[in-house]
Amino acid sequence: MLQQFLARLWSRLVAHVDVPLLLITLTIMAIGLTTVFSATYDDDNRLLAQTLNMAVGLIAMWAVAQLPPQKLMRFGVPLYVLGLLLLILVFFFGIKVNGARRWLSLGFTRVQPAELLKIAVPLMLACYFHKHEALLKFRHYVIACLLLLLPFALIAKQPDLGTAILVGAAGFYVIFFAGLSWWVIGGLLAVAAGATPFAWTMLHDYQRKRILTLIDPTTDPLGSGYHIIQSTIAIGSGGSFGKGWLAGTQTHLEFIPERHTDFILAVFSEERGLLGNGILLLLYLLLVGRGLMIAAKASTVFARVMAGSVSLSLFTYVFVNMGMVSGVLPVVGVPLPFMSYGGTALVTLSVGIGILMSIHSHRMLVRT
Amino acid sequence: MAANQSPLNASDSELRRFHFRVVLAGVGVVLALALLGTRFFYLQVVQHDYYTTRAEDNRISVVPIVPNRGVIVDRDGTVLARNYSAFTLEITPSKVDDLEATIDGLGQLIEVLPKDRRRFRKLLDESKNFESIPIRTRLSEEEVAKFAANRYLFPGVEVKARLFRQYPLGPIASHAIGYINRINKRDLEMIEESEQAANYKGTDHIGKTGIEQKYEFALHGETGYEQVEIDAGGRAIRSLSHTPPVQGSRLTLTLDIKLQEMAEKAFGDRRGALVAIEPATGGILAMVSNPSFDPNLFIDGIRSDDWDLLNNSPDRPMLNRALNGTYPPGSTFKPFMALAALETGKRTPGQTISDPGFFNFAGHQFRDDKKGGHGTVDMYKSIVQSCDTYYYMLANDMGIDAIARFMGQLGFGQKTGVDLEGESEGVLPSPEWKKRRFRRPEQQKWFAGETISIGIGQGYNSYTPIQLAQATATVANNGVMFRPHLVKYITDSRTGEQTMIEREPLRRLPWKPQHVETIKNAMIGVNTQGTGARAFAGAGYTSGGKTGTAQVFSLKGGDYKSSRLKEHLRDHALFIAFAPAEQPKIAVAVVVENGGFGAQSAAPIARMVFDYYLLGKLPQGAAKEDDVEED
Repeated sequence: MLQQFLARLWSRLVAHVDVPLLLITLTIMAIGLTTVFSATYDDDNRLLAQTLNMAVGLIAMWAVAQLPPQKLMRFGVPLYVLGLLLLILVFFFGIKVNGARRWLSLGFTRVQPAELLKIAVPLMLACYFHKHEALLKFRHYVIACLLLLLPFALIAKQPDLGTAILVGAAGFYVIFFAGLSWWVIGGLLAVAAGATPFAWTMLHDYQRKRILTLIDPTTDPLGSGYHIIQSTIAIGSGGSFGKGWLAGTQTHLEFIPERHTDFILAVFSEERGLLGNGILLLLYLLLVGRGLMIAAKASTVFARVMAGSVSLSLFTYVFVNMGMVSGVLPVVGVPLPFMSYGGTALVTLSVGIGILMSIHSHRMLVRT
Repeated sequence: MAANQSPLNASDSELRRFHFRVVLAGVGVVLALALLGTRFFYLQVVQHDYYTTRAEDNRISVVPIVPNRGVIVDRDGTVLARNYSAFTLEITPSKVDDLEATIDGLGQLIEVLPKDRRRFRKLLDESKNFESIPIRTRLSEEEVAKFAANRYLFPGVEVKARLFRQYPLGPIASHAIGYINRINKRDLEMIEESEQAANYKGTDHIGKTGIEQKYEFALHGETGYEQVEIDAGGRAIRSLSHTPPVQGSRLTLTLDIKLQEMAEKAFGDRRGALVAIEPATGGILAMVSNPSFDPNLFIDGIRSDDWDLLNNSPDRPMLNRALNGTYPPGSTFKPFMALAALETGKRTPGQTISDPGFFNFAGHQFRDDKKGGHGTVDMYKSIVQSCDTYYYMLANDMGIDAIARFMGQLGFGQKTGVDLEGESEGVLPSPEWKKRRFRRPEQQKWFAGETISIGIGQGYNSYTPIQLAQATATVANNGVMFRPHLVKYITDSRTGEQTMIEREPLRRLPWKPQHVETIKNAMIGVNTQGTGARAFAGAGYTSGGKTGTAQVFSLKGGDYKSSRLKEHLRDHALFIAFAPAEQPKIAVAVVVENGGFGAQSAAPIARMVFDYYLLGKLPQGAAKEDDVEED
């Protein structure tokens, strides 16, 4: 009796969980925890907090996985509108920290509404395309682009280039998978290339500086070039097999800035070497690949474009973060998925994985 | 597969297009991740060695450990220069944005006087930017604690424990000992040239004058090193290796500091110099240059008002008169002239002249300062009574070349080679010297008339007190000549090994013993019945001496009335002496600037020095001035 109950409970629990996605995510999380431990060796609370973050993330993942896609779609418009409203509130009433207006005070705590848009924007756009799937006209793409540009502009204005890129990318991926004409894509790329000089003048000083220091970090070795110089030293000195766990000198002597958050890859690379990096790249490839496979197998437009967008967003996180830490991309605030310390990104990413799981486990049931 | 489940609402072409894009995205993802992999390969394999070095450079800092500077002691072990540890408050200007604001802030916490600010500013001008510069020295425990509690308010400011040089006896023997001060550009060049740069990492003070300068490398010691692991904030985490420094060598001087102190006191506020030498070794027992200065003023960088005071004083306390003061020897030259006469065969001791009180040469009358002359004068009497005519004639008979040759062997007009920097040569007059000295042909010619006054130590003659002392010591030591020196031996701090300085004589002058005996006898006569008799009356030992007066202001005819002349135009008083006469243990040369007659002011100083050195007697009350008129 009890056994039966437990068995049913178990099957209920795992019904919508995608085992490959879960295993890959858990593996990366485990690696992440050991790395956070090394990066915050002098602060025990960090490890515990990150473990809790991960637990919350996993619960969120599981919960989202339970929701069938059509329920998810219902969140599309409200989340988008809520997100947009909050962004407008931030624009007027946000708290300024280090020259950037990103936070909204709720009295007892502070929230960063832009984070919500990472899910809300692709959700909204996927819903939009889903609704108009049969008769997609050029204007639908234009409207979709506008729906994307509005939050993107608000976030970029804060300024928060990292989040803006992620939100923009997530939205773009939806439009891309929805079948935006190559001509338009080509045209947009051309426009983007043409607008670069203007964009340069639009950038904030600190953003321009980051791009310049990327080209030659030695121009400002103690200022904005410091991050890049120290993290490439950490990576390079790690060698093929790394200096060993807890043995990274760049890490433990605090040469790597932001070492438990955005620059955690430098810590991992220093201690685990090229071998570790290879394994980590493979794990992310498997994760993104599994996501794309889910997208390919998905049965509705919403499911397809949403799964595709979530997968490529994950890739974008990985690429932008690794590129910046290894000194090939400018420094923007993008965490390394399931590795970097921090609850917000973890929950957002977990929700993304949950959406993938939901889409995959509900693919046979959906007939709209 | 997907096509099988193709829903009603998706056309095949749309689905194909979607799948194509998914595959495309997949390819893009693989390529992008491969690009990152390549980047990692480049950094971690290709450039691995470079970044390993960078990481090591980051974490390992080599910190020099400055050795304790060697101690300087006198011949009896009395400490003349030592080190003590004290806290300083130092600012690293490169780490501070607003120096004034930082100093103002510090000033509210602990006392920062205007003079501290001035000194800081001066050091700032002289220093490299990355050095830390003291704003306050010698902090009290309370001040250290006060700053430590507020340290976080002052980035780039720190308390350092430093060793300071101290000269416990202050101005005593300061010209001999010298002082240390912060290393400047010239010192740096010198260090580079001597290939000591590695050993001076971390050293910020260097010997500037005196023994401190001459024996810099012996006193400095060997710098130790500590390899420390540092974190990004530059804080030392742990020591990786430690090479201890080796303390600088201990210098034991030939100086007898009590004698030195007594001799300096004997000068009172009179300007002048005294050099006392141990004839058998050349060791300098006392070297006075009065007035002197307190070397302790220089250690943390001298304050500008102190510097102005020392530098602009008409008494020139910074001038080491013993080495750099050049004076005509006056009558103290006569014993050496007499010895030259004996050695060259121009005179015998018994040979006499008749002194009418003057010597005529080429229509010019050279006067003796005793009107009517000394009558019949032999060599003994010429020295005891200091008869000028005897020496006018002698100089004329010998000729300038013979005089210059003999005096040159005695060290006149040359650096003695004493172990101090910057010694003056003085002037040993000769036709060659004149050629070198003057440019116009008519000035270059030597006139026979110029030889006459050379004989009595006037004319172009100009020697340093140390040359005079060396010559006196050489006569006292029967022609065995030593290089005068201040350091007796150097003790290696690690092995305890002692290296003696100057054990061998410079040269042995082949004088006939009876000739030296004659001169010494006459000099004994000076102190028993001649111009030095008053000063040496009742001495418990026999001594030989000779008074001298060097003209500062040449009087064309007329009487010399010292009281009427301004003090600084009065003649310099000189005295040379040795004692005890049978086996001289000390030879001395004394110059009292503008002291008038040698017997009057210089001889009593020599008496006090001898009394103390030979008998251990301290002078009773102030130096009594004699009023001997003749010289």
